[in-house]
Amino acid sequence: MSSDPILEIKGLNKSFGPVHVLHDVDFTVRAGEVTALVGDNGAGKSTLVKCIAGIYGHDSGTVTFQGNEVHIRGPKDAAQLGIEVVYQDLALADNLDIVQNMFLGRERGSRWMLDEAAMEKAARETLASLSVRTVKSVRTPVASLSGGQRQTVAIAKAVLWNSKVVLLDEPTAALGVAQTRQVLDLVRRLAEQGLGVVLISHNMADVFEVADRIATLYLGRMVAQVPTKEVTNTQVVELITAGRSGELGLARPDTVTI
Amino acid sequence: MTTLDGLPTAERRSLGARLLSANTFWIALVLLALIVVFSAIAPESFLTFFNFQQLFIETAVLLVIAVGMTFVIITGGIDLSVGSVLIFAGMISAKTMEWMSPGQDASNAGWGVITAGLVVAIAGGSLWGLINGLLVARANIPPLIVTLGTLGAALGVASLLNDGTNVRTVPLELRDSLGFGTLEGNIPNLVVVAVVITVIFGLVLHTTRFGRYTFAIGSNPEAARRAGIGVTRHLTNVYLLTGFLAGIAGFMSLAYFQSTTISGHTTDNLNAIAGVVMGGTSLFGGIGTILGTVIGVFIPAVLQKGFNIIGVQPYWQMIAVGAVLVAAVWFDQQRRRSQNKR
Ligand SMILES: Nc1ncnc2c1ncn2[C@@H]1O[C@H](COP(=O)(O)OP(=O)(O)O)[C@@H](O)[C@H]1O
Ligand SMILES: [Mg+2]
Repeated sequence: MSSDPILEIKGLNKSFGPVHVLHDVDFTVRAGEVTALVGDNGAGKSTLVKCIAGIYGHDSGTVTFQGNEVHIRGPKDAAQLGIEVVYQDLALADNLDIVQNMFLGRERGSRWMLDEAAMEKAARETLASLSVRTVKSVRTPVASLSGGQRQTVAIAKAVLWNSKVVLLDEPTAALGVAQTRQVLDLVRRLAEQGLGVVLISHNMADVFEVADRIATLYLGRMVAQVPTKEVTNTQVVELITAGRSGELGLARPDTVTI
Repeated sequence: MTTLDGLPTAERRSLGARLLSANTFWIALVLLALIVVFSAIAPESFLTFFNFQQLFIETAVLLVIAVGMTFVIITGGIDLSVGSVLIFAGMISAKTMEWMSPGQDASNAGWGVITAGLVVAIAGGSLWGLINGLLVARANIPPLIVTLGTLGAALGVASLLNDGTNVRTVPLELRDSLGFGTLEGNIPNLVVVAVVITVIFGLVLHTTRFGRYTFAIGSNPEAARRAGIGVTRHLTNVYLLTGFLAGIAGFMSLAYFQSTTISGHTTDNLNAIAGVVMGGTSLFGGIGTILGTVIGVFIPAVLQKGFNIIGVQPYWQMIAVGAVLVAAVWFDQQRRRSQNKR
């Protein structure tokens, strides 16, 4: 399975004041594939995702989407392209219900009279198309949902729009076994529907199960982006912790300056 | 657990269920109980048309302020300045009408002058609202501090405008129309205005995008930002709206009292906040209804009227309102705690 890149990042740099978080990062997302983005805590995974989503600007580098160079200046720009993010934190408004959350910022109907019925219907259809069956009512405030259900809603929110790329930042970090199962199935289904999926995860078993490719960030550098078939669990762990593994990764670790 | 597919297609439980789970339902019962009790104790004097007419008139101005306060509190903010902004709006409006009248006596001013007065009142209120909004949303100063500052500043400027005294000439035409006039002979115009404003902004809060964003920001500003909502701009507009409504309230107060009542609105802010919070709007943001605010505003008013009629010292009203207020916030906290446990 080797489709065309739908999203390509080249030479991306990002600093927070004096802290240089991302160094010349290259990153490719392919339609119909799950690309796992792995790396130690603080490697810059969330920052990379937020740069792509337009939450943060970047200092240099290019973003190519479906073959054209694009400039993403805010969450709206990213959404317009069809890039959706499921955040690790602070993704949903607790007091709003499932429908309100799924449509937040893109409500249907006129500005003065939102079309609640249409939104409710679309929300229910999207959940059904993702085979989500654990949510009692789409009018439940998300505060009263379990962690897995919340994550499901966040993912459903992302695919409600004609999304082409979905980035998931540790969607299973806080979940139990059964709930993780559900979310991973959902992730796989998104790729099967032709979306480009990026999955950030710390769980190697999960990564090897669902990912077609694995991209490894080490101290803000992209050290390898390889098909899952061509690497072993041990190699990926080495890439994460040392930035290199045999022929893969950084040529000489001692040249790394932090 | 029911499956999603097992749901009835039209899910109309939403409003009823939301009401039941909100404090609003319970506080409505409290209001109803109060009315029943007072009516039972003093049927001849409490349960009269005149009494309720008075109740509505005396609540009209506060209701308009409380509607604005509801928006602010739903965003997780607070506005202590509304009472002072009301006075400022009334003062600058009254002064404008005097300046435009021969001999600085506005008593016999016509509709042109009165309209100018209304515009100035609204502009004055909105200006303070905008200042609050910019300081809270752009400068990121806590709303409690910002509006504590403008509470003093607006009252100070209002006092400076007339050397600390009240303006005494208010157009009689204004008094007879908005102040004391009635629709069909028995519905006071003041109440009509308050009801229209309440209904309009109730719809704005509950059916429009503006309302939805207000809830979203109060619930989780970062999620709202990531959803592409202009949080800073929206917050500014919410404080602007509250100032705008305080401006209208100032004009209504001017029409009713025929005075700028400089010392008469010092606890309006707290009364409005108490009404809003008693009505089930969460001080933590993200939850609230205009209907709840209407009920919450009427509870102190009914208590006061009722105690008055049955001869209980009015001080008991303050104690009772305080108790209901604390109980309402306690309920709110319990609800949040049980939510967070999940
Ligand atoms: N808003 C920010 N301001 C300053 N530093 C930040 C900010 N966000 C992230 N960082 C820093 O950037 C680095 C990468 O963080 P992050 O992208 O969250 O890592 P990861 O998601 O891979 O664990 C960390 O050193 C973190 O402290
Ligand atoms: Mg992270």
